[in-house]
Amino acid sequence: MRVDLVLANWHLFAQGAWLTIQLTALALAIGFCIALPAGIARARRKRFVSPAINAYVYLFRGTPLLVQAFLIYYGLAQFDWIRGSWAWAYLRDPWWCALIAFSLNSGAYATEIIRGAVETAPRGELEAASALGLSDRQRDWLVLIPSALRRALPQYGNEVVFMLHGSVVASVIALQDILGAGRTLNARYYLAYEGFLTAAALYMAITFAIVGTFRLIERRYLRHLAVANAR
Amino acid sequence: METLIAYMPLLARGALVTASLAVLSLALATAIGGLAAAVRVGTGWIGQGVVLVYTTIVRGIPDLVLLLLIYFGGQRLINQASAALGGGPVSISAFWAGVITLGIIYGAYLSETFRGAYMSVPRGQSEAARALGLGTVPLVFRIVMPQLVRFALPGYANTWQVLVKSTAVISVIGLADLVGLARQAGQSTREPFLFFTAVLGFYLFITWVSTTIFERMERRYAVGYAR
Repeated sequence: MRVDLVLANWHLFAQGAWLTIQLTALALAIGFCIALPAGIARARRKRFVSPAINAYVYLFRGTPLLVQAFLIYYGLAQFDWIRGSWAWAYLRDPWWCALIAFSLNSGAYATEIIRGAVETAPRGELEAASALGLSDRQRDWLVLIPSALRRALPQYGNEVVFMLHGSVVASVIALQDILGAGRTLNARYYLAYEGFLTAAALYMAITFAIVGTFRLIERRYLRHLAVANAR
Repeated sequence: METLIAYMPLLARGALVTASLAVLSLALATAIGGLAAAVRVGTGWIGQGVVLVYTTIVRGIPDLVLLLLIYFGGQRLINQASAALGGGPVSISAFWAGVITLGIIYGAYLSETFRGAYMSVPRGQSEAARALGLGTVPLVFRIVMPQLVRFALPGYANTWQVLVKSTAVISVIGLADLVGLARQAGQSTREPFLFFTAVLGFYLFITWVSTTIFERMERRYAVGYAR
């Protein structure tokens, strides 16, 4: 076990951790922006929109993230009209391709989570809001969405961990994320496991940090359930 | 389209590799998960502790990291062990490294599913069986197991769907599965979009088929229960 080589190359892992966290956080943020309107529209079974959202969710949840990333990074390069367009400046860059794939993927999973949370909104809560004279928009923003997001919290915590773990796909399209750093270390010094073991430890640490953070957030925002759970 | 038809035999071979990888991994994961769940509910604190450490570690690490660790690190360990025993180098194939990795990962998830399902079977069932004089073996296999299936099925189906998608990463260590072959074909024909779209279609097809099968099984095992 060559701990010295891991320590001597700590900056590789620090840069890798930064890239992993950056990609994961951005993808989750963009995915959330897709999922909030999509999840609500889906729960309300809007005509025309709802089947389209369904197809999107089914496609991205039913296929591997790795293949989605390959399709965007390698696949789109097949078309001359894409290579000739302004978008090519982004689509030739693995960072942007990873971000696009991760965001669309996370958006699909989060859409399902939000759909579920909106569908399970207690009727009485929404009726009470209307009875108090709130307009439809006020009812949505002040009552429905905050309460749905609370209900979605535990599942969304799982989605955050899932996205972190999915982000290893970045290293396959030649990005230097945490796993990329591990692979570089192993290749440079002809090591069998030191780099991967360090990467595994880092991913585990970040996973536990996420799980712990969500536990705190849940304790704060699901306080009204604490009494019921204690019984 | 003609390119795709010309490459059909190759893609079919890849699809077969992917499918057998997934099925064998599920079998291993079921065995590991069942064993871990049994240890979790049936033994003292040492066994429980070991299982808890196993599931916690596995759920903290991404699939690809564990795969590389097992494929490259495991290779080194096996060779060292083999050299110590006076043997020559042994090589693990990408396929079996994939089966072992996916088995270990999804075994951890399944152990939780099985444990939860076991706890959901009412205690009265095994107490009644005991009162009627059944031994432990028939009690487990004829009373608890058939009822456990109903509770375990939704979680089992879910794990299977995630496992199938996970098989794609095994192509990273050079396995000639559907993803690996499609990548090669895309490179040599310069039509990668076409091939990766076909791969997406294959995975959607598996998702659809397994959803249909599992829904039918869930209905079968819920016969006799009011909904």
